[in-house]
Amino acid sequence: MLITTSDIKINGEALYELPHDLYIPPDALEVYLESFEGPLDLLLYLIRKNNLDILDIPMSKLTMQYMQYVEKMKAIKLELAADYLLMSAMLIEIKSRMLLPKPEAIEDEDDPRAELVRRLMEYEAIKLAAQKLDDMPKVGEQFQVADAYYQHIADIKPPEVSVDELVEAWRNVLKRAKLTSHHKLGRAELSVREHMSSVLRRLQTDGMCEFSQLFDLNEGGLAKLVVNFLAILELAKEGLIKITQQAAFSTIYLQVSHAE
Amino acid sequence: MREPENITEMKQILEAALLTAGQPLGLDDLLKLFAGRMERATLRMLLDELKQDWEDKTLELVQVATGYRFQAKPELSAFIARLNPERQPKYSRAVMETLAIIAYRQPVTRGDIEHIRGVTVNPNVMRQLIERDWIDVVGQREVPGRPSLYATTKHFLDDLNLRSLAELPPFEDFAQSEIPLDT
Repeated sequence: MLITTSDIKINGEALYELPHDLYIPPDALEVYLESFEGPLDLLLYLIRKNNLDILDIPMSKLTMQYMQYVEKMKAIKLELAADYLLMSAMLIEIKSRMLLPKPEAIEDEDDPRAELVRRLMEYEAIKLAAQKLDDMPKVGEQFQVADAYYQHIADIKPPEVSVDELVEAWRNVLKRAKLTSHHKLGRAELSVREHMSSVLRRLQTDGMCEFSQLFDLNEGGLAKLVVNFLAILELAKEGLIKITQQAAFSTIYLQVSHAE
Repeated sequence: MREPENITEMKQILEAALLTAGQPLGLDDLLKLFAGRMERATLRMLLDELKQDWEDKTLELVQVATGYRFQAKPELSAFIARLNPERQPKYSRAVMETLAIIAYRQPVTRGDIEHIRGVTVNPNVMRQLIERDWIDVVGQREVPGRPSLYATTKHFLDDLNLRSLAELPPFEDFAQSEIPLDT
């Protein structure tokens, strides 16, 4: 037993069942790790809640217990063990200074406990400040910031162009113009297939159609009329359309040929 | 594009910029909107008017550490929060206590924090606060090892809807009863 039970009062009543290892019980280590933020926090708790005179400590037992504790701590969380060890050293120092007789020359020396009490009280205030900060409304939780959609467009400056670049560009245009002049046949070939499709599409929707209706004399010039005619011949050759005429020089009709 | 000619048009430009910014805009940012044709004093006056214009609407114009921003009225925030039902993870006590020490005792070193809390500072704690952009290093203390000095950022104040550290609850409010030395 570290402290005589009659010293301890909770809510004015003396506590007779003392926890056996009040300072840092190794058995309850994991509980302490979770609920206390360190030796100051634990000391503060013991002083505030249990009304203990934590500063009046039986040194030898405390030391022994701390060493046991540190042994156990090594396996779990060494850096925390160091923190508690430092605190125990401080408590023992305070105790020893209080036990020593004070020479008259340094009669007005500060109470050795004063510094510890100052630290405890500062820590206590920080603890409350931390809770307050945690409770304060924050952006994204209690505050929603307006963020209307806007397509951000950078203010783009038009690129600079030199005369040389312009000349180079013109040369490229000329070069390409020469190349395209050789491809006229290919283009005509393509447009026959294109006209085949458009004639077929027209016949699909209109059903029977007069031959002359398929030619638009106002558009495209002679080349286009020729290509259109070629397309009709090609369609007939592939058996896709049927061309009919009742008598010589009468109207020629075209229609999509259907499978018999 | 025609430059604004009257107060209404100027306020419209300010309003659109602030609504689409998604973060606070400072006076310097807002001055850019008018390409040098605006006095700071006039700008402040326009912002005051804009604030009044929005008084009975769903958003309010507030001033925080880095500038002005529109935000939903607090009474509506609880409803908006329902859009994101998953609760935001809480910071540990170690994180919050470290933040409180930096907020109230800045600039501080890790050593200062360890002295006040009585425990070693876990690097993870500092990392969380730096990643949130709530604290940063503002210098080194000229002692052996030149430890970094930490302070809270303006972003921290923005997130807590504060204009300056002076608006934090006063530290004296947290002082508790004296611990008696004579028992």
